[in-house]
Amino acid sequence: MRKLLLTASVLALAATAMPASAETIRWARGADALTLDPHSQNEGTTHTFAHHIYETLVWRDTEGTLIPRLATEWAIKEGDDTTWVFTLREGVTFHDGAEFNAEDVVFSLDRARSERSNMRQLHADVESVTAVDDYTVEVKLKGPSPLYPNNLTNTFMMDKTWAETNDVVEVQDYAGGEDNYAVRNTNGTGPYKLVSREVGVRSVLEVNPDHWAETEPAVTEIIYTPISDAATRVAALLSGEVDFVQDVPVQDIERLSSTDGIKVATGPENRIIYFGYRLTEEPLASSDVTDKNPFSDPKVLEAMHLSIDRDAIKEVVMRGNSVPTGVATPPFVNGWTEELDAYPAPDLERARALMEEAGYGDGFTVTLDTPNNRYVNDEAISQAVVGMLGQIGIRATLASRPVAQHSPLITNGDTDFYLLGWGVPTFDSAYIFNDLIHTKEGNYGAYNPSGYSNAELDAKIESLGTQTDLEARDATIAEIWATIQEDRVLLPIHNQVLAYATKSNFTIDVHPENQPNMSNVTIGE
Amino acid sequence: MTAFVIRRLLQSIIVMLAVSLVAFLVFRYVGDPIDSMVGQDTRLADREAMRERLGLNDPFYIQFATFVGNAIQGNFGISYRLQEPVTRLIMERLPATIELAFASATIALVFGLFFGVYTALKPKSPVTSVVMTLSLAGVSLPTFLIGIGLIYIFAVELGWLPSFGRGTTVMVGGWRTGLLTESGLRSLILPAITLSLFQLTLIMRLVRAEMLEVLRADYIRFAKARGLSNRAINFGHALKNTLVPVITITGLQLGSVIAFAIVTETVFQWPGVGSLFIQSVQVVDVPVMAAYLMFIAFVFVVINLIVDILYYTVDPRLRVGTGKR
Repeated sequence: MRKLLLTASVLALAATAMPASAETIRWARGADALTLDPHSQNEGTTHTFAHHIYETLVWRDTEGTLIPRLATEWAIKEGDDTTWVFTLREGVTFHDGAEFNAEDVVFSLDRARSERSNMRQLHADVESVTAVDDYTVEVKLKGPSPLYPNNLTNTFMMDKTWAETNDVVEVQDYAGGEDNYAVRNTNGTGPYKLVSREVGVRSVLEVNPDHWAETEPAVTEIIYTPISDAATRVAALLSGEVDFVQDVPVQDIERLSSTDGIKVATGPENRIIYFGYRLTEEPLASSDVTDKNPFSDPKVLEAMHLSIDRDAIKEVVMRGNSVPTGVATPPFVNGWTEELDAYPAPDLERARALMEEAGYGDGFTVTLDTPNNRYVNDEAISQAVVGMLGQIGIRATLASRPVAQHSPLITNGDTDFYLLGWGVPTFDSAYIFNDLIHTKEGNYGAYNPSGYSNAELDAKIESLGTQTDLEARDATIAEIWATIQEDRVLLPIHNQVLAYATKSNFTIDVHPENQPNMSNVTIGE
Repeated sequence: MTAFVIRRLLQSIIVMLAVSLVAFLVFRYVGDPIDSMVGQDTRLADREAMRERLGLNDPFYIQFATFVGNAIQGNFGISYRLQEPVTRLIMERLPATIELAFASATIALVFGLFFGVYTALKPKSPVTSVVMTLSLAGVSLPTFLIGIGLIYIFAVELGWLPSFGRGTTVMVGGWRTGLLTESGLRSLILPAITLSLFQLTLIMRLVRAEMLEVLRADYIRFAKARGLSNRAINFGHALKNTLVPVITITGLQLGSVIAFAIVTETVFQWPGVGSLFIQSVQVVDVPVMAAYLMFIAFVFVVINLIVDILYYTVDPRLRVGTGKR
């Protein structure tokens, strides 16, 4: 008996000491998925995880292009420009064996736009979803909506029968305080199945052998472990306890790249970092200029733009890991051009002269509000800008807050000068215009605390929502950008860069939405 | 004795109410929970509706009353961030924190007592001066620095121990323990040492100081004169008389080890209530923060109570005093 026990414990030891097989990837990230319910949170980490278990009608490749997934084709219905027709993939099954068809799509889209869903704003314009036959679905919108498929890249498909059986037809109600089966259990069509999950500790996924894709993923098992402390995350990779660290702190990129057996892939994220300021005539609350608003003077704005050294921010603050830009849109987005992207070289002499001309030769004071835990080195960027503005006499006081306190300043309009980042999940400029540029009213301008209001521009922005002639639409986008640049509505700094660190045998392409998918990972020696 | 315990328990309710009241006063300044609950493209009207539904627009005393009302019925609500019942979240993570706390308290107590007695008995030995110098580092270095340092030495450079997590765990009657598996025990070593260092040095210095004091006392001299063995003098008389302050400090420190394991848990990604709390603070998850603070208040109250009861056992003088006051 004793010998048996001994053998058993030796075996157990061997099992724990054995390195993970080549097909397993141990993936570490700063945070865990918040929930497994695919429609209850509109949050990047949660979506990235869900993309392995659930699937969407369409999704994006690493270039940012829209590609087919559960829908093979999509087009505007002939003769009715308010309806999109989706042709579904045939022969797809859920993990429990049930077949995927139009009924499930109708159910899922209805669930996603229901009252408690956090995905509903993406489907706010949907009037009805109907199944034409088993593999065709029509989505009727309130008006022409030429870019609606862009909103579907994170809307996951659930099985109607499974949802009904397990009483999860409704999305969880936080306020009601009830528990929901879908928060902890899954039944998707995706390339991986959930094996086990301990929230915040470890989730294990295994490959789904019945998945529809022709090529089987090289990675057959995923062990996902959130590690919130950045130094520990990096240490876990260095000590060989994980294979892939998704969010590498910028200060560690260089060190990791030079470590044997580890490689770092970097690429631009679909996120712009910019500064905004109050543009109304009333004096600023936080300034010593009490009779007018210095930011309402175009000369001051020009001087500010000329005083910012974006390359220095890139080299010093971001350690080379950012893409400086002169326009508040990432390069993936429809409407971006190289001309817009160009930014001026800093010219302090000219900037000081402009300040003098504007009557602010002695400068002025203002408070700069910055988040300190939301974007890469957000507080450090603001500190650098405070220094740069100081050179032309603008004495900015930095007010640094965690994002939970910073964000209400923006949405309530309680700020004179602020840093913000903006991701563009639809990959279209309209998404930027709607929230950052349009006058703050109704469904528009939620993140425009500047008071900037241009009726003509607002009309153009609103027209983008329903313009189906894509060429004319692109022309309008170009006009809007020209006005924004001329009025200097925003002060863009750079696009954020993502860095993925892996053991050298894994190759994971950087995804602009930071949504790497393990089914596309290639494994070398 | 029973009356004493009941009185203390009643006091504890008042303490917990006070803690939650202060917590609710502070929550309003932590930030807006809605921001972390919804995407950036959520319309302002939807945010407002959500705020209304969660009762965040109510004045704080109404929010507080609702919270207390539900808490009395054992309902701490649903976490805004993880959308699971708070009670379940805390219960699931409690074993990890308790195992870590007890492991580090044991290390602190055993080594603290040992080194404390040793350095008191042999004040001139070179080992003593080394230990005393090292103990300075234990008191003064911040926990996260010790943690990161240990990770780099033992996990990255030497590769002996895991750098994060709890290893393999097994369920024993609803208690998820890491004490029964090899990887679980290995994972416990670094965080337990990190968490214990401060308490260890504290206990050591306390025991040493108390011992030095007691060793000078008359009754020790008389004991020596009576020809008692060193062992009987040092442990039977001297050490026993140093224990009252040591028990107080150790007890209270156990409370703070549970409560303030936050940093250690974060550095080692230890899945306990401390790391749950810190993540909740970042996104203003009010139900979790409130429940956690109540829980910690409860822990302190209970530990204080146990410490008081222990006094009775250790110090006979107190036993005589009860009931006659």
